[in-house]
Amino acid sequence: MTDVTIPPSDSLAVLEKQRSTAETFGIPLAVLLEITHRCPLQCPYCSNPVELDRSGKELTTEEWKKVLSELAEIGVLQVHFSGGEPTARKDLVELVKHASDVGLYTNLITSAVLLTRERLSELADAGLCHVQISFQGIEEGLSDRVAGYKGGHRKKLEVARWTRELDLPLTVNAVMHRQNLHQLPEIIQMSLDLDADRLEVANVQYYGWALKNRAALMPTVAQLDECTETVEEARERLKGRLTIDYVVPDYYALRPKKCMGGWGRQFFNISPAGKVLPCHAAESITGLEFESVRSNHSIAWIWQNSEAFNRYRGTGWMKEPCKSCEFREIDFGGCRCQAFALTGDAANTDPACALSPLHETIFKQAEAEAEGETSRFLYRNFAGGTLESENGT
Amino acid sequence: MAGPRNISVSEASRPVLPRHAKLKYDDTRKVWVILAPERVLAPDEIAVEVLQLCNGERNVGDVADQLAAKYAAPREAILADVIVMLQDLADKGFLTEIREKTS
Repeated sequence: MTDVTIPPSDSLAVLEKQRSTAETFGIPLAVLLEITHRCPLQCPYCSNPVELDRSGKELTTEEWKKVLSELAEIGVLQVHFSGGEPTARKDLVELVKHASDVGLYTNLITSAVLLTRERLSELADAGLCHVQISFQGIEEGLSDRVAGYKGGHRKKLEVARWTRELDLPLTVNAVMHRQNLHQLPEIIQMSLDLDADRLEVANVQYYGWALKNRAALMPTVAQLDECTETVEEARERLKGRLTIDYVVPDYYALRPKKCMGGWGRQFFNISPAGKVLPCHAAESITGLEFESVRSNHSIAWIWQNSEAFNRYRGTGWMKEPCKSCEFREIDFGGCRCQAFALTGDAANTDPACALSPLHETIFKQAEAEAEGETSRFLYRNFAGGTLESENGT
Repeated sequence: MAGPRNISVSEASRPVLPRHAKLKYDDTRKVWVILAPERVLAPDEIAVEVLQLCNGERNVGDVADQLAAKYAAPREAILADVIVMLQDLADKGFLTEIREKTS
C-alpha cells in the first residue's frame, strides 16, 4: 500500500495547496467543547478517547473564556458544553454566562446526575438555551448497569422534569445498542412523558470505548430494521410534537456515513486540554499532531492551516477505491477514525463502505458478534477500563 | 415563558418565537439565522420580516395587514403564505403563541 503523507521537501507547494483547499471552508456554525473528561458514569460506548485527559491538563476558566470569545468573534454561532460530564466543572455557570454574553447559543450535553435544581436554575439564569440529557434505557436495572452508576436513571428523570419546569427545551439522547434496542418504543413514550422537544436515537458508533465493547453492543440486522421502522412510524405520528433525530450504525450499511460532514469541512471540537480536533475521536489516529488553543496560533488559523485539518480535507488525499469513486464528494470516504481503527491507515476507505475490500469481513464479524453470547461490558474509566463482573455489577 | 407547543396557526393566533429559538443577524455570513437546539435555520427575507412582526401582541391577521399595505399586494394571498410559513416553523417546534390566561 502506498502512503499519502506529504513529502517534507515540498512544503511550499503544500502550503499553497493547503491554503486553497482550506479557504473554501468557512468557520463551522457550531463547535463542541469537551470541557472535561471527568465523569461519574462509565458507559462502555463513551465517545471520549480511550486515553482520557486528566483534570490537571484541563484548560482553566480564563482559558475557556478566551476560547469562547474567540469563537464568537470568528463567526461560530452555537457551542455545546460537553465532556466527560460538563457539570463536573465547578465553573460551568461562569462559562455559560460568558458564552451568552459574547452572543453564543449554548447547549448543555449532560448525564444530569451531578445537577441540583439550584444549579440548573443558575445555568438557566446564565442564559443556557437548551439541555440534552443522556438516557441509557427505560428503567433503573438496565440503565444503571449500562452507565455503571447506581441511582443514575432516577436522577436523570428528576433533572429532566426540572429542565421543563424551568422552561428550558429538553432533548433526550438515547444511545442504542443490542442490549437496549428492545426498549425503543418505551423510550419514545418516556420522551413524551418528560415533555421533551427532541429525541436523539443514536445508535452506538464503534470507535474508542465502543470498539472495545463491540461484541457486547452490536445489534442484529433484524433489531436495526425494527429500530428504523419504529423511528419512522414515530416521526410521522409525532410530527410537530417531538423531533426525532436518528443516527444509524454504519456497519450494516452499504455506503459509509459522511462523517463530520467530511473531515475539516463543517465541524471541530476542543478537547479538555485545548486541542482543536476535526472530530472527537481524532486523537485515536496516531501520527497526527493536533494544535492547541494554548499555542501561538488563533483558532481560525488552526482550522484553516494546520496540518491535521488539511491532511484529509477534500479528496486529494484519497486512494482507490475512493479516488475515482463517483460518491467521493458525497461521503468523503466515510470516517477516518473508523478507517484507522479497522485498517490501520486513516487514508483507506472506511470499511463501512461496500466498496472497501474489508467490508465483507467486517460485516460478517459484526453479524457474528451480534448473534454471540458476550454481554459483559468493559467500563470506561481513567484506568483504561474495568471489566464488568460475571453477575453484572 | 416557553408557551404552548404543537400550535395550529390561524389568522387569530398571536405567534412568537419561544425562548430557545433566537432570531439573529449573523455578521460573519451576512445572513439572518434562527438559532435553535442543535439547529441553525436560514429564514428567507420574507420570513425574517414576518418573524420580526410576530411580537406576541400582533395576531397573524395584523401581520398580513401590515405586509399587504407595505407591498401593495392582495391580503388573502399574503395571509395564506404567512400561515404556511409559520405553521412549518411550528411543526419544527420553533414557534409558540400567546394565549389569554382564562383557565
